[in-house]
Amino acid sequence: MNLTRRNLLALGGASITMTLLPLNVALGGASETKLAIDALTGGAEIIDEGVSLTLPELVEDGNLTPLRVEAEGAVFITIFAQENPIPEVITFNFGELAGSSFVKTRIRLSGTQKVIAIAKMNDGSFRSAASEVKVTVGGCGS
Amino acid sequence: MTVKPRVKVPKTASIGEIVTIKALINHSMESGQRRNRETGERIPRMIIHTFEANFNGKEIVKFDMQGAVSRDPFFEFTMKVPSEGDVNFKWTDDEGSVFETSKPIKIK
Repeated sequence: MNLTRRNLLALGGASITMTLLPLNVALGGASETKLAIDALTGGAEIIDEGVSLTLPELVEDGNLTPLRVEAEGAVFITIFAQENPIPEVITFNFGELAGSSFVKTRIRLSGTQKVIAIAKMNDGSFRSAASEVKVTVGGCGS
Repeated sequence: MTVKPRVKVPKTASIGEIVTIKALINHSMESGQRRNRETGERIPRMIIHTFEANFNGKEIVKFDMQGAVSRDPFFEFTMKVPSEGDVNFKWTDDEGSVFETSKPIKIK
């Protein structure tokens, strides 16, 4: 790799971040969420369609955020709340008697953020959808 | 705290019909993120981590839950009715407590 000043700064920045982050602190955020999603998919390609994820644009109380998700042919769907201290929220596994890969539930959001659904389809592929939710009062007692 | 599941299942259905099922259980779902206001200590996590529904033993759905599922977890999902039988519901929490209930479906 060329030891340009730009490369050195980039390398230095990354290693500084790594040493400052305590491993046992749940922080949430886009990087942690991406790691969690990669762990789920094994780094496989994710196609951003075929999943219908519905949440309100605005919720008053983050503790009671209604969520609806559906993905025809999905074997499971995992929900991530990107800015929550722990991004993984729930995994819906659909058995042989499920009428459709569809669920409605309620989740907690710590604040305004992006909610992501990752679906594994019955052909082994991964699909996704994302939804931005504005939260007036954050959940989880935050 | 009483933990009383409430479920909604159609009483009758045709074979092959897709029906909607609802399930609710009272549970505080202590996420493990809250702190005691006086001592500042973290309140430990105590949630229902798994919800399962089967029909005559065959899986309909199984949900693996974390602390960000709302208190009194509520689910709505669907089932394709194969025959007459029982929808069996089971919730399991971090202490290993298991809560169960069951509702029959008759064929029209």
